Amino acid sequence: MCLGVPARIVKIEGKEAIAEVGGIRREISIELLNDIKEGDWVIVHAGFAISKLDEEEADTMLNILSHIPEE
Amino acid sequence: MKFIEEFRDKELCQRVLAKIKSYGFPAIFMEVCGTHTVSLFRFGIRQMLPPTIKVISGPGCPVCVTSQQDIENALALASLPNTILLTFGDMMKVPAKSGSLERKRAEGADVRVVYSPLDALKIAKNNPDKLCIFLAVGFETTAPATASSILRARDENLRNFKVFSLHKLIPPAMRAILEMGESKIQGFICPGHVSTIIGAKPYRFIPEEYGIPCVIAGFEPLDILQAIYMLMDMLDKGTSDVKIQYKRAVREEGNPLALEIMWKVFEEGDAVWRGLGYLPSTALKIREEFSDYDAMYLLKDMPVTEAEENPLCRCGEVIRGVAEPTECPLFKRVCNPSQPIGPCMVSSEGTCSAYYKYAPS
Ligand code: SF4
Ligand code: SF4
Repeated sequence: MCLGVPARIVKIEGKEAIAEVGGIRREISIELLNDIKEGDWVIVHAGFAISKLDEEEADTMLNILSHIPEE
Repeated sequence: MKFIEEFRDKELCQRVLAKIKSYGFPAIFMEVCGTHTVSLFRFGIRQMLPPTIKVISGPGCPVCVTSQQDIENALALASLPNTILLTFGDMMKVPAKSGSLERKRAEGADVRVVYSPLDALKIAKNNPDKLCIFLAVGFETTAPATASSILRARDENLRNFKVFSLHKLIPPAMRAILEMGESKIQGFICPGHVSTIIGAKPYRFIPEEYGIPCVIAGFEPLDILQAIYMLMDMLDKGTSDVKIQYKRAVREEGNPLALEIMWKVFEEGDAVWRGLGYLPSTALKIREEFSDYDAMYLLKDMPVTEAEENPLCRCGEVIRGVAEPTECPLFKRVCNPSQPIGPCMVSSEGTCSAYYKYAPS
């Protein structure tokens, strides 16, 4: 029923924004998040951005995993 | 694509898998979220795991856990004159004694699929002479969006907009499953998107009271494998905690703004869950203050068909993680996604539909 998908915010107008989801642009609401800027990545669910994606955390995780020694 | 491709890296998956295998003891985990169910199949994760590690599906699809009576209630609302019933696509096909929403529509009722509660609001605005009822299902992921649509309707004094809230809370359903004790769960893969809203704290009772570790996980293969690795590690060390694997999207405290909006409009109420039965304080009920927007009151003096479940359908057990769809006598024989007998075959995140689509026959 509900697929939350990563999307990039391309334009903001008040509490509304245009987000790019897999190449498709769509109008979403950003009222559930504070301080969202253009260019940010968010999770979009049922037309609302519900969480901001943290690039640093993503890199940290990938970095930790890439240090698992090959067996 | 960013935030997706990197988390599908084959070589990294193999390394994490090797770690998981290195533990060498058996384990049973439950994934609570329907989107995890789909990922586990889609990426073949079940087959990659050693046969001693079992991952079973839980009550994580809002369509599946909606009770048969609530479907009848929705059908009754859809039959009201001069009414538009709006809901998410997956609700359309759920069968009940008096039909399905899809059938109601074929019979002439105005039932429409929306993608967001805000679309429902827009339709209400454009149809001022019609009663527009949004049939709202979903867990903590979706409830703040519904709440915000109610707040907006109030701000704009949109009196023809009503919400029939079937929103439910996830952590108490996990408690109910543990209390039933039928499935020997040793760890939970907690729903990533519910957790973006509620954070880690609402799961704390699981390690504290039941000694069972929890990992909040994302939905890509590396996310799920790492979550299983983290669970194995806690089992190995004999510890239990709530850990966040999906740190790029989930913070310890969740999304305080979304929670504030959700609790402004909703309060805890009682709910009947398919498979889990009556569970007090697990529903999100619209507060009295917003009763003008609550469709529940419309049902008060309406005739509603009494629900009846197909005795052969085993969705209830599938939701509790005690039966696999393949154990259902109707699976694939009479029950399939185009002619579903139960909700677990309807929703794209339903366990039966995931088995149907991806499991080797
Ligand atoms: S994304 Fe949310 S509503 Fe959808 S299946 Fe997962 S937890 Fe349930
Ligand atoms: S296969 Fe169909 S009838 Fe059987 S449990 Fe699943 S949804 Fe119900």
